[in-house]
Amino acid sequence: MIDLQLMVLLLTPLLGGGLLAVFGSRRWAAELNSLMSFATFLAAVVLTVRVVESGPQVAFNEQFFIDQFNVFLVALTAFVAFTTSLFSRPYMRIEQHHGKLSVGMLHLYYSMYQLFTFAMLVALTTNNMGIVWVAMEAATLTTVLLVSLYRTPASLEAAWKYFILCGVGIALALFGTILLYFAAERVLGEGGSALLWTHLNQVKGDLEPTVLKLAFIFLLVGYGTKVGLVPLHSWLPDAHAEGPTPVSAVLSGLLLNVALCAVVRSKVLVDGSLESHFAGNLMMGFGLLSVVVAAFSLFRQKDIKRMFAYSSIEHMGLITFAFGMGGPVATFAGMLHMTVHSLTKSAIFFAVGHAAQKTGTQLMENIRGLLQVSPTVGWGLMLGTFAILGMPPFGVFASEFLIITTAMHEYPWSTPILLIALGAAFAAIFGKVQPIVFGETTAKPLPHPPALIPVFAHLLLVLMLGLYMPPYLADWYRQAAALLG
Amino acid sequence: MPIPLTLQFINLLAALLLLVAFAMLTQRRILSLINLFALQGAVLALSTFVVAYSTGQHHLYYSAGLTLLLKVLLLPWLLHRLIQRLNVRWDVETLINIPTTMLVGIALVIFSFNLAAPITQLAEGLTRGLIGIALASVLLSLLMMLTRRKAVSQVVAFLSLENGLFFAATSATQGMPLVVELGIALDVLVATFIFGIFFFQIRETFDSLDITHMEKLKDD
Repeated sequence: MIDLQLMVLLLTPLLGGGLLAVFGSRRWAAELNSLMSFATFLAAVVLTVRVVESGPQVAFNEQFFIDQFNVFLVALTAFVAFTTSLFSRPYMRIEQHHGKLSVGMLHLYYSMYQLFTFAMLVALTTNNMGIVWVAMEAATLTTVLLVSLYRTPASLEAAWKYFILCGVGIALALFGTILLYFAAERVLGEGGSALLWTHLNQVKGDLEPTVLKLAFIFLLVGYGTKVGLVPLHSWLPDAHAEGPTPVSAVLSGLLLNVALCAVVRSKVLVDGSLESHFAGNLMMGFGLLSVVVAAFSLFRQKDIKRMFAYSSIEHMGLITFAFGMGGPVATFAGMLHMTVHSLTKSAIFFAVGHAAQKTGTQLMENIRGLLQVSPTVGWGLMLGTFAILGMPPFGVFASEFLIITTAMHEYPWSTPILLIALGAAFAAIFGKVQPIVFGETTAKPLPHPPALIPVFAHLLLVLMLGLYMPPYLADWYRQAAALLG
Repeated sequence: MPIPLTLQFINLLAALLLLVAFAMLTQRRILSLINLFALQGAVLALSTFVVAYSTGQHHLYYSAGLTLLLKVLLLPWLLHRLIQRLNVRWDVETLINIPTTMLVGIALVIFSFNLAAPITQLAEGLTRGLIGIALASVLLSLLMMLTRRKAVSQVVAFLSLENGLFFAATSATQGMPLVVELGIALDVLVATFIFGIFFFQIRETFDSLDITHMEKLKDD
């Protein structure tokens, strides 16, 4: 049964990619895109219910492995991919109407969108650390051409940087994977099973510590480039600012999580082998540095999408820090923060996309008075900003609160650093978004109805997670945190 | 104990791999750079073949064949066609002059050997001591990527980096599982196609393949 459920989950976006590669230039391509994403989402729900109820599962000759930890990312990925496809339907039509995109570019966009979802889902569900690498690289390749979709000099530069930096980064991750295999082969013997995470997890105490230490450094630097950890982050703001908005939303909301999932999986093995907190400490260091650098970079930003890209670096840093601390509470908080960050950040990008589309610019000083132009976009952006800044009662507050109280308890020295950085981020973002939403403007109202159902649906979910965490969900996340130790 | 002949041969090939990496680092003609890349691929294929022969790992024959097909024939051919159509011959100036690059390269080799020392001590199999050389050639390719200005040479450096990784995989661990290797090969192939598309887009937009045009995106 699990084989079948997983097959449906993975084959739906693959089929979607194939269908849209053929029919991507038809009038109904956008609807087909949403339909395939919806089907993927349904498959993810079925799989999730199954795994949450009956625990970790292996499928297809142990090549795939799903437990409570990665299934939450599967569900999140499929959900945000679906809502983003809903958002992109009118958004991309308007871009086409403005003459920014041709039918051929949209054709590319739709097929790559589905294949990108497919690559992420494979990276999440595979049990083989080698296949994780292959799928992560595939996820980069499918998005490179999407970042340069507009073919402007700036978007080409951003895509080139993204390609080269993530290419190099991920090559280092491959070296780390090779070292991991080198260590594992001595324990598990040659052949396929030495890269399977479930097998590695069973024998992690016997793996050679020095090799694993080195392997983790390469894996962290490699996958960390994709997570956007400072100092490896320089591709991220460019790619988010210059790519089309739906791509920014899925990059920020989903791809960064998937890369972090690979880091967390490696961390479990390495800390198990070393019987120390080496991997966790490294993650905490990188995470903290990312939070601080990103928070203070926010002040200098003039481009609205760039600013929110830096905010993603900040939040990924916070999540990395949480997973680095480890333990049931911090891991729980890290997972919760991943969830609410994905939902909130994609909602913000949707609202920002419409605001930029309306004013024809991404420069914040030229966007003013959104509430007069389009109240829904304005409120969407304002509420999203409140949520991402960790204002109660939104869910981000809950997860940040948990992370900071754990830090206070376990690593008190880190608390002031975190609080100052979060305060700086608050001042920077709020100061810049406030005039955008409430300022005066002479612009006319939007000529088209914006697609804002996804924005408010996401924000409602984030609000709900802040007010009341359903026991089902809390129980599920707690089990996942227990699995990761 | 005398060193077995096959191991001597693999050591020789490893040295050759490193030498080619250095040669690529100093080469400024793009055509010769691609030829060197093909040579490196050939060395890699041969060493994979020898490892396959001496350890009896049959799946390594497939990787050797795959390397030969992809990295000695297909990719260099694609790159040759690309530079012909784009009409680029020289990588005008490297960012750091060549003697300095060489010195940095030597420092990198020493660094990699130090880094790999604890692993080399654990080595027991036929070829496990070679991981230092693999790491060195990876880092040399990385250095080449950083010091080049032309998009084509950056890509050749990227592909050569992948060669170093493959060498690590075959020499240190007798090859990754075949499904992983196939996946990696597919990714490399697709990446090269995308690079090709990019060359044309970049040239169309900037009228040259010089990546120094692409330094506009800054925070300030």
